[in-house]
Amino acid sequence: MNKQHEPLIRLAKRDGMSAKKVWAIRLSSFLVAILMGALIFLLMGNNPISAYGAILTGSLGKKTAIRQTVKIAVPLLGTALAIAPCFKMRFWNIGAEGQITAGAMAASYFALFWVDKIPGPMLLVVMGLAGALAGALWALIPAFFRAKWGTNETLFTLMMNYIIIGIVRWLKGGPWEGRPGSQIIPNFDKAAVLPKVFGVHCGWIIVLMLVVLIYVYMNYTKHGYEISVIGDSVNTARYAGMNVGRIMMRTMCLSGGICGLVGFMVASGANMTLSDTVAAGAGFTAITVAWLAQLNPFAMIVISLLLGVLQKGADTLQTRMAVPTSISDIITGIFLFCMLGCEFFINYKIIFRSKHKEVSQ
Amino acid sequence: MENVHAIELRHITKRFGQVVANDSIDLVLNRGEILSLLGENGSGKTTLMNMLSGIYYPDEGEILVGGESVSITSPKDAFRYGIGMIHQHFKLVDVFTAAENIVLGLDEGGRLDMKQINAKVKAICDKYGFDIDPTQKIYDMSVSQKQTVEIIKVLYRGADILILDEPTAVLTPQETQNLFSVLRNMRDDGKAIVIITHKLHEVMELSDKVAVLRKGKYIGTVNTAETDPQALTEMMVGHAVTLNIDRPTYDDPQPRLHLSGVTCYDAEGVKRLDNVSFTAVGGEILGIAGVAGSGQRELLECIAGLQHVSGGTILYTPEGMDATDLVGKTPLEIRRAGVAMAFVPEDRLGMGLVGSMGMTGNMMLRSWQNGKGLLVNRKAPHDLADQVWHDLQVVTPNTEFPVRRMSGGNVQKVLVGREIASAPSVLMTAYAVRGLDINTSYTIYNLLTEQKMKGVAVVYVGEDLDVLLELCDRILVLCGGQVSGIVDARNTTKEEVGLLMTRVGGKEAE
Amino acid sequence: MSGFFPAFLALIVAAIQNGTPLLFGTMGEILTEKSGNLNLGVEGIMFMGGALGLAGVFYYEKSAANPSGVLAVVIALLCAFLAGALASLIFSFLTISLRANQNVTGLALSIFGTGVGQFIGEYMRVREGGYIAISNALKGVFQNSPFPAAMQQLPVVGPVLFGSSIFFYISLALAIGMYFFLNRSRKGLYLRSVGESPATADAAGINVIRYKYVATVIGGGISAIGGMVYIMTIAGCVWNHEGLSGVGWLAVALVIFCMWRPLNAIWGSVLFGALMILYLRLTIPFLPTQLYKILPYVVTVLVLIVSSLRNKKENQPPASLGLSYFREER
Repeated sequence: MNKQHEPLIRLAKRDGMSAKKVWAIRLSSFLVAILMGALIFLLMGNNPISAYGAILTGSLGKKTAIRQTVKIAVPLLGTALAIAPCFKMRFWNIGAEGQITAGAMAASYFALFWVDKIPGPMLLVVMGLAGALAGALWALIPAFFRAKWGTNETLFTLMMNYIIIGIVRWLKGGPWEGRPGSQIIPNFDKAAVLPKVFGVHCGWIIVLMLVVLIYVYMNYTKHGYEISVIGDSVNTARYAGMNVGRIMMRTMCLSGGICGLVGFMVASGANMTLSDTVAAGAGFTAITVAWLAQLNPFAMIVISLLLGVLQKGADTLQTRMAVPTSISDIITGIFLFCMLGCEFFINYKIIFRSKHKEVSQ
Repeated sequence: MENVHAIELRHITKRFGQVVANDSIDLVLNRGEILSLLGENGSGKTTLMNMLSGIYYPDEGEILVGGESVSITSPKDAFRYGIGMIHQHFKLVDVFTAAENIVLGLDEGGRLDMKQINAKVKAICDKYGFDIDPTQKIYDMSVSQKQTVEIIKVLYRGADILILDEPTAVLTPQETQNLFSVLRNMRDDGKAIVIITHKLHEVMELSDKVAVLRKGKYIGTVNTAETDPQALTEMMVGHAVTLNIDRPTYDDPQPRLHLSGVTCYDAEGVKRLDNVSFTAVGGEILGIAGVAGSGQRELLECIAGLQHVSGGTILYTPEGMDATDLVGKTPLEIRRAGVAMAFVPEDRLGMGLVGSMGMTGNMMLRSWQNGKGLLVNRKAPHDLADQVWHDLQVVTPNTEFPVRRMSGGNVQKVLVGREIASAPSVLMTAYAVRGLDINTSYTIYNLLTEQKMKGVAVVYVGEDLDVLLELCDRILVLCGGQVSGIVDARNTTKEEVGLLMTRVGGKEAE
Repeated sequence: MSGFFPAFLALIVAAIQNGTPLLFGTMGEILTEKSGNLNLGVEGIMFMGGALGLAGVFYYEKSAANPSGVLAVVIALLCAFLAGALASLIFSFLTISLRANQNVTGLALSIFGTGVGQFIGEYMRVREGGYIAISNALKGVFQNSPFPAAMQQLPVVGPVLFGSSIFFYISLALAIGMYFFLNRSRKGLYLRSVGESPATADAAGINVIRYKYVATVIGGGISAIGGMVYIMTIAGCVWNHEGLSGVGWLAVALVIFCMWRPLNAIWGSVLFGALMILYLRLTIPFLPTQLYKILPYVVTVLVLIVSSLRNKKENQPPASLGLSYFREER
């Protein structure tokens, strides 16, 4: 046999792999990411160990730090949960940013103008409902056009982000402006602020409840089943008599609704006001959270906390080592790249020339 | 030169995971010769040829072209050795013109001089008698025109070894004859030609030699002149088969489904079904014959409520009830009324099965809406999956194993088994035995006959005329979306059905 | 006449200025998408191009005794291009070789790239003591027209045809070049076939992987130049991440708007450029500025809807856009 002409590397689909190996691969990709991050710190002339140390102590070292970290992780987790059903259906909703903003805006309306008309706890409930409703409506628009005419949802949902953010910018400099000329919406009244539990607004409890609810919804309900079928094959869903367009719209409403709820929690619990940066990129980062967790709600907890640690830790890095906070985006990006790449080694095996041996990495 | 073969394969082996697709195969091909590569579906013919055309790379073995040992790692290598393959599924870019497709991948300098290319294509057309406009877009072409483009494509590259993978599957008999005469011209021109097929009469008519594969193994090569279909069948299947399909008669036939004047259009506004009328009777298998794309799929989809019917009625009469019109009902309503459909598409999945789910999840596709409340009931489908698993001897480690990873035959058993389990009064199947080995095919035939003897009206869309003739009670022939005839399967001949397949409304097809 | 027409001309000139970064971004993405890759990381790529282009020019000026304008432009183009090419190489490796999902990888690249751009911008500012400035002479080279004043002062056609920065003319040449490459050259035909049907291209002996890599990497480089052009012309040679944010996404949307055709991209980007600054030039009573500013996004949405209603084959995206290719798929 003419071995020297055989291609150097060939690929074959792998037929399933032991769970242990899968986790070993994921863990090693995580280590690779940490090493690459270390390289970047070295390039900047910082000691990587003390840099990582600063990230860890800055995010988990003190009670207040942990609270801050959780505060960052809550919207990430909530939004990742919201996106999961859409992505399971292969509906690329990248408009979570806008749906969060829409929800925050609707909730703020009640916080600002109905505070003396609705009694305390009721107000929060109304705000939450309004937020969910607004997020759902904002998500429904692109879903409707996708269902009706197959309009590309990726870009549609994306454009919807900029539109709603523009509207909030107008509100904060116009009709809802506090002190004239301040370009800021006044802080909410106490009654419109989410109460704290263990020092963090109670949104974290809501989000953890959502983890269980979404898990059940995706795995044990009729809706969840329909979503799985559509995600696998739209044709099969049609053959089974599913109304694909309607299910798409329904799922997007749910997704947008949860995003809206997240928006309400951030505005009311964390910021206590409405600003155009209320979503602060959570809508985009959450997509990668959801995907890396393989759409498993429980895994999302871990990943959103990890990203929370990175973001909070980067703040500490800036104060202690004068490293710009955008380092957290860079390191987040590296983590995402490594974890996206490692799935390949789980799904494919590499056959090197003439060895005919399975190589796991 | 005399003793040098155009191509010689020695001990070629190719595995896909656990499956051995080709097991140490030897094969010889000469110039000025047409070789038929004969074997059942799944016997490894296409895989073997894909290794010649550079799509796959053999795990073991040696390929000799013109006596030289070569390594073909890409289609480009294949062209360099003069090997061109015409795949069963055309590899053409829809939005390109014929000429643009033909020059794809050639190293002829940077500039793209379409005028010159068009002229060269025309010259090839004239030499072998093809009728193609080089500037026509592929999406505007008929199936046989696309095939012609594929053939010109390899000739343009100067290929003198041509491999055709089931070229006649999509052609009418007239188009097949045209193709054959072109192939004979090429053989006389000194080219070496391999035609992959499982149709015996084509083998006998066209080829000089026949090589037979069975279940990935090489059985032997014979001269066509010295053999006969019976002997070839034996080589192909291992033991003599007479297609003795059991065909009992049901004693109380009742009309179940009555179509009259059904017409439908596709998304592009092309008429797919034209005034189709017939009756399907309980206790009878109604075969549907026709060349691929004659409206079989649309017909079934209209009945199942998946296509918009623009004219006509579909009256459905369940046991002991009044007739209702199915037109305008949703797929779900129609299925609940007792009309089941099992359509096996070319990739086996994608219509009716969810590849990433196991048997249980796929059984659920028929029952997920049952029961009150939000939660889905997994118990019943799980039991059903168990039952199908055991009754039909589906090979799978468990009922949660993704069907995508099962072999073709088992996937089809799951599909057909599920439809039968819904106890329908009309059961429609399309290509139910597509790609199955003979034994599994018989299991499916028996299942269908069993259903028929329960009084179910069975509609069987098939490709193989021999099977249609022996399995069905009546055969409806579709041609260009019209019913060109309904014949009694017991008293008809293959020739009669074959003729009807090419005849629109009693007129001879073009 | 006297009031309206000059205002209209000024609008066109400004539209060209604002459209030029978009045109680069869009052309790069057209090339990428023609190979079947949907790279949603354009936003990040343009950030990286902007920051590194600025850094290149700044450090060149700092180190050279007598900085040359032409060289500065070349350095800016080169730095931006390399930054974008490198970013796209990460994307290509993950999606082509490792077959990661293109949507998610593109978003990750967006996060990464905006982070890198922002980081470099900040880092330079801190290291150089709070402010990075390019000398006015170099600024002029980047922002002024390369043509002699006499040509620019020609009535009517002068400002429109000869009044834009050098980058507009480069992008114009690039767009026309890309048109000829895609439609009149062999390699262009092969590239399109890779995006339409990689299996077909592969069977025809075209190296699918190589075409995808090359198109995506070069496309990323071209897109990144758009970010540099934004920073060096519109933003006035200072790092301005707020102004740059969203431009990359608009460029992706513009690809659909111009139906994957470089020539359409020319007028499309000028039109979008006009929409972006219309609020400055043409005030509409009762329409607040902030709402006016969302006009380009609203128009994009409308375009998306309209283009989904068209179903002519030639106007559709490359058929295998967003899918990864594996030859031995079974």
